[in-house]
Amino acid sequence: MSTAALELKNVTKRFGNILANNNVSLTVNKGEILSVLGENGSGKTTLMNMISGIYYPDEGHIYIDGKEVLIHSPRDAFNHGIGMIHQHFKLVDVFSAAENIALGFDEPGRFDLKEVSKKVSEISKKYGFNLDPSKKIYAMSVSEKQTVEIIKVLYRGADILILDEPTAVLTPQETEKLFKILRSMRDDGKAIIIITHKLHEVLEISDRVTILRKGEYIDTVETSKTNEAELTEMMVGKKVSLNIDRTEPKDPQKRLTIQNLTVISPDGTKVLDNVGFTAKSGEILGIAGIAGSGQRELLEAVAGLQNIADGKITYFDPSSGKAESLRNKTPLQIRDLGVRLSFVPEDRLGMGLVGNMDITDNMMLRSYKSGKTVFLEKKPPKSLAEKIVEELEVVTPSISTPVRRLSGGNVQKVLVGREISSNPTVLMAAYPVRGLDINSSYLIYNLLNRQKENGAAVIFVGEDLDVLIELCDWILVLSSGRVSGMIPARGAKKEEIGLMMTARGK
Amino acid sequence: MHIIKRAAMPSWKAWLIRLAAILLSLIVSGLFVMFVTKLNPISVYIEMWKGAFGSSRKIWNTAQGTAILLCISLAVTPAFKMRFWNIGAEGQVMAGCIGTAAVMILFGNKLPTFWLMVCMVAASVASGIIWALIPAIFKANWNTNETLFTLMMNYVAIQIASYLSTVWENPAGSAHIGVINMNTGKGWFPAIFGHEQTINILIVAVLTAVMFVYLKYSKHGYEIAVVGESENTARYVGMNVKKVILRTMALSGAICGIAGLIIVAGKDHSLSTTSAGGQGFTAIMVSWLAKFNPLMMILTSLLIVFLERGAGAIATSFRINDSIADIVTGIILFFIIGCEFFVNYKIVFGNKGAKQ
Repeated sequence: MSTAALELKNVTKRFGNILANNNVSLTVNKGEILSVLGENGSGKTTLMNMISGIYYPDEGHIYIDGKEVLIHSPRDAFNHGIGMIHQHFKLVDVFSAAENIALGFDEPGRFDLKEVSKKVSEISKKYGFNLDPSKKIYAMSVSEKQTVEIIKVLYRGADILILDEPTAVLTPQETEKLFKILRSMRDDGKAIIIITHKLHEVLEISDRVTILRKGEYIDTVETSKTNEAELTEMMVGKKVSLNIDRTEPKDPQKRLTIQNLTVISPDGTKVLDNVGFTAKSGEILGIAGIAGSGQRELLEAVAGLQNIADGKITYFDPSSGKAESLRNKTPLQIRDLGVRLSFVPEDRLGMGLVGNMDITDNMMLRSYKSGKTVFLEKKPPKSLAEKIVEELEVVTPSISTPVRRLSGGNVQKVLVGREISSNPTVLMAAYPVRGLDINSSYLIYNLLNRQKENGAAVIFVGEDLDVLIELCDWILVLSSGRVSGMIPARGAKKEEIGLMMTARGK
Repeated sequence: MHIIKRAAMPSWKAWLIRLAAILLSLIVSGLFVMFVTKLNPISVYIEMWKGAFGSSRKIWNTAQGTAILLCISLAVTPAFKMRFWNIGAEGQVMAGCIGTAAVMILFGNKLPTFWLMVCMVAASVASGIIWALIPAIFKANWNTNETLFTLMMNYVAIQIASYLSTVWENPAGSAHIGVINMNTGKGWFPAIFGHEQTINILIVAVLTAVMFVYLKYSKHGYEIAVVGESENTARYVGMNVKKVILRTMALSGAICGIAGLIIVAGKDHSLSTTSAGGQGFTAIMVSWLAKFNPLMMILTSLLIVFLERGAGAIATSFRINDSIADIVTGIILFFIIGCEFFVNYKIVFGNKGAKQ
């Protein structure tokens, strides 16, 4: 019989007028994995921050092992055996794993790094981690760093573990390994809370699921008695179809060829090494890879925003078939060639849009030079802004609202809307659904699909492999700046792509 | 106690807060004056008002002072909108003064009036541009710190003026430049409608309208705003960031040059190390207070000039220390700037609704 390790009753947290959590209750038992499921902005992280002592609840009660507790600080949380593994690691790069684990933990007696290493090895063996305690953090992969974070909280004797989006940065193989470890910790009697918005992971790992929506507690269900469709409905609040209509490419033509592309970063490392591929019209080319494998540099090189050390970028004009070299051309020179190249960058407000300007002025970014006078033409961008707000259902008080006031999904609609308004022949999008809710994500997928049907060559950098496999026609895998393979998306296996993501490139 | 950011506030409410701040600042500085000097604060305020607007001559001078300060504020605004922290307006104005004075002294008796004026305008604008472009070139090419660079350029300009005071000293042996072309009036701006201030005010009025349109409705103005908000975005859409920086600083320098022209040819008819008189720095405050809006700057520069002249007047008429006047000015400015906090944020006391 399991007993409650942690119980939250009617917890409420406000930020100004915003209700981040309203009357949320949740229980996690010993020897259980609980998923907290919700879209971005549903209050998952706020709730977890209240458990780990970063915020203090306005109302409600927290019980640990049946006793009410007040958690005022992260140290209080530690003392109650709560350990949080944050999405962004908090480790000192130049220290070893053992040093990071011992850091800030006042053990009685003399500090003995050997003793720490020994204990770390014991914990590793017990749960099946694979970690060298003397390895420095800067030499570690993302998954190893995560391991250090998990061992750190176990070392301090945590019985309740909270993991915030732990799989976001992992390959499928690494995720599988992590899940195995989580299961062995569960079997050891630990209570584990995992925050995620990936449904298949919820179904795979957890025993029960608590669903939040817009700060409200919706329900808690047993994983074995639910399914993907039901969970989505609870999470979104209405039925959504989770199908991406992938049409067969119509008459694909060579549109963009990249050959032997090499880009060297200011610190002298090769961020792109001998990359080559062809993107065809009427197709979506997906680019997969661990974050920071050269995706950003690749798209920026094509868009004319990176210095290219070597290689060729050739564009084939759809009407004349003429080949144009885009290498080392500025974005304006590229447009002057008649190339309709659109780019939805990863950093929306820092690169694609100006946060303090309103929607109309942001539309003008692409068109402000039009017209022969020295004055701006405000009418066309204004009507474009009105059109985008209406067609893409952008939620905004008006088109003269600064875009930084909009929610993430609406910001992205504004950006994508502007970029596709020029009927691009090449459309590049980097992580276009990051941080978006399900409805907005599917709207973006549909927009990309429509561009594909219109004959654009679409290049889509994504992180969710399931989506890449479902949406794209081809998947190119980058690993440390090299191409480790390009495969047809239809019938592709996640595990196969995962292996290519970590492989040394050809 | 929490500080909470407000959602957008209706503008009438924001103006009510600003009005309340001004009233409150008058009360606080009145109490201060009464407490320290035992003077009646009401009569102090009346004296202040009289100092700035007491006679037709004073009104003209206040208007001219406002125009010159406004002109320099217009100059620093495009650079600030671009987040280029140009605190070298002082030096750029000095450069304009030097250029103007040089032409007046060297060519005053050699050129016909029309060509003399053309040369003065060209010299002042060119000197202002050179003074502004030097730091801009270093910033655009090597990303040097523009704040320090422009600040240092101020002292260079002032030292040059100091050196020239000995070269062009008048009368001989005085080590300063007296009134230039005192007998001939060559290169002096003509009086219009009987007042020599009119032409200065007109020049600045035209400049204000032009800058308002330039910043708000021109393609250049849009480029300045985008580069200021995010250089990455500017590059992403293909703007030539370097070119925008250089062009905008050249514009800044040119307007500073014109301010120098007005000071020398329209007002002082002389050159000294204090020709710019710190207004290059005051202008920064004028520009920020008006949130970079040229039309609002008319009000903010008037406010600053009024405070300066009014404070000077109470210092002389009550024979009190100059510092009291500065303190009163300081209190009033503190309230006016500080009230913006209450426009953007609100303070909530206690922990409403919290139960434990």
